[in-house]
Amino acid sequence: MLSLERWKHISWVFFRSVLIIGISYVIIYPILVKLSTALKHRSDIYKPTVIWVPENWSLENFQIVIEIMNYWTTLANSVMLSGGTMLLQTASCALAGYAFAKLKFKGINILFALVIFTILVPPQTIMVPSYLNYKNFDVFGIAGFLTGSQGLKLIDTFWPFFISSITAMGLKNGLYIYIFTQFFRGLPKELEEAALVDGASVFKTFIRIMLPNAIPAIITVMLFSFVWQWNDTFFTTLYLSNSNVMATELANLPGNAEAYIGEAGKIDWFYRSMLTNTGVLLAILPLIIMYLFVQRHFVESVERSGLVG
Amino acid sequence: MRKTRRFSIDQQRGMLGVLFLSPWMLGFLFLFAIPLFDSLRYSFSELVITPTGFTQEYLGFANYRTALLENPYFNRNLADAVLQMVVDVPLIIFFSLFTATLLNQKFKGRGFARAIFFLPVILASGIIDNLANTDAMSQMITSATEGGAALGMLQSFELERMMIEAGVNRVIVDYLTGSVDRIYEIISASGVQILIFLAGLQSISPSLYEASKMEGATGYEAFWKITFPMVSPLILTNIIYSVIDSFSNNQVATLIHQTAFNQFNFGLSAAMAWVYFILIALILFVVAKLISKKVFYYD
Repeated sequence: MLSLERWKHISWVFFRSVLIIGISYVIIYPILVKLSTALKHRSDIYKPTVIWVPENWSLENFQIVIEIMNYWTTLANSVMLSGGTMLLQTASCALAGYAFAKLKFKGINILFALVIFTILVPPQTIMVPSYLNYKNFDVFGIAGFLTGSQGLKLIDTFWPFFISSITAMGLKNGLYIYIFTQFFRGLPKELEEAALVDGASVFKTFIRIMLPNAIPAIITVMLFSFVWQWNDTFFTTLYLSNSNVMATELANLPGNAEAYIGEAGKIDWFYRSMLTNTGVLLAILPLIIMYLFVQRHFVESVERSGLVG
Repeated sequence: MRKTRRFSIDQQRGMLGVLFLSPWMLGFLFLFAIPLFDSLRYSFSELVITPTGFTQEYLGFANYRTALLENPYFNRNLADAVLQMVVDVPLIIFFSLFTATLLNQKFKGRGFARAIFFLPVILASGIIDNLANTDAMSQMITSATEGGAALGMLQSFELERMMIEAGVNRVIVDYLTGSVDRIYEIISASGVQILIFLAGLQSISPSLYEASKMEGATGYEAFWKITFPMVSPLILTNIIYSVIDSFSNNQVATLIHQTAFNQFNFGLSAAMAWVYFILIALILFVVAKLISKKVFYYD
């Protein structure tokens, strides 16, 4: 009887390991393909014996793509854009989430329902008015009153992203507010009351007591906002058609690579694909490096991140 | 004396609440509510961009008529998107619940496995997928490793034949083999859902499992009688999230974008976006109504 149990256990462990390794392989596979492709030399493309391991190791692809993508400027721009929106969004969403969880006032539940509503409306629905809004940016007609102009042109600057971030209306910000609200709701009331008894103001309690306790939620939201801003193509192509950020450079890469290879009419598609793969790898490399550092906190924080209602 | 002071603290909290929410309220008003209303107005008019701004001309329902009856792509793309959603969402939910249960068990290298399983949250994005799908180099490596794409097809085909001979319904067979072929897409769309389920599983009190084990329940029974009801509210959350996510990046979205910025037909684009939004809202409403009856709430 005991041995049957034992067999059941062993076969389950075996089954589970196979599944986990299999799925992990499916997830990592595209990255491996890109890595192997990027490290090959151009002359390896048509050799039938070369599949995974390059025969002529080379960093030439990287050099070319760094040049085509204007990589270092692009990287700096992207870090500035994603980092800036990350900080602003985390701050504004944490404030809103805390208010929804702990600082109740009359009618606040209606406002929370409106947060959920903003999650449901697809960004395409308000795309055109938002674009026109930032094309001639003018709140209450102040700029028009002062200078007589038609407002400021904010297209092709980072301001649309920063403005929407500071007002918690950026990419998927409803979700972040939801995460923060659920998390702050889960923190015990006693924590707050103890601080109040000790004479801290409500604001001080928030800064000194609640925020340090909310680090799991903060890490989760920061990672999400940085990564999703980095990968976003919808808003970047909408507001930044001419600036160098990673998403637009990546979208233009196939065309630019063709222009680089030259010889109109007889472009080597495999070579172009080699360059695009290197480009994708270069674009996600900063994310992967960052993930390696944050991953431990992130995975641990899941357990307490307040994603659950 | 004490009562008034308590009242003032509550009031202070309320005021601070308004202060904390003020950035969001400003954003909601100026960057969401007004644009939403404007977009509704645009959808009923023709919008012409001029050097100094734009002019509007009222058209009534003409834009909606064009979108639904005349545009050759809109209907088809919309139907495709809905169909795709209906196919994908159950698979994503099933896969992510299964994976979360798996990752919640104790085993060696669990941290490492979790790190890999959450990688799609980082990497899943429209542009990378778009580039990867049409990629010659990775197709070459794939076909070389699997011994030709034909063989890959064949495996699926064998499975299909076996199941049909075993008397499984044709539709179900197509569905299953189709999902095996698109395993990478399913996995990369499930990152956030796995996270949510995992957090939910960890909030289930271990005493429930201990009690059921004392009573002689098997692991299988414990899953259906404890785990499943306890995470059922999250199934609703995840279905809603998956539906929204599946709609955020598809051909309809691209079509709406192109209509506005390549053909400069802003009115038509706004009308399409509204049809799209109303459809999504309807689907979510129906899904939430159907499922919320079955959901079990512990407290």
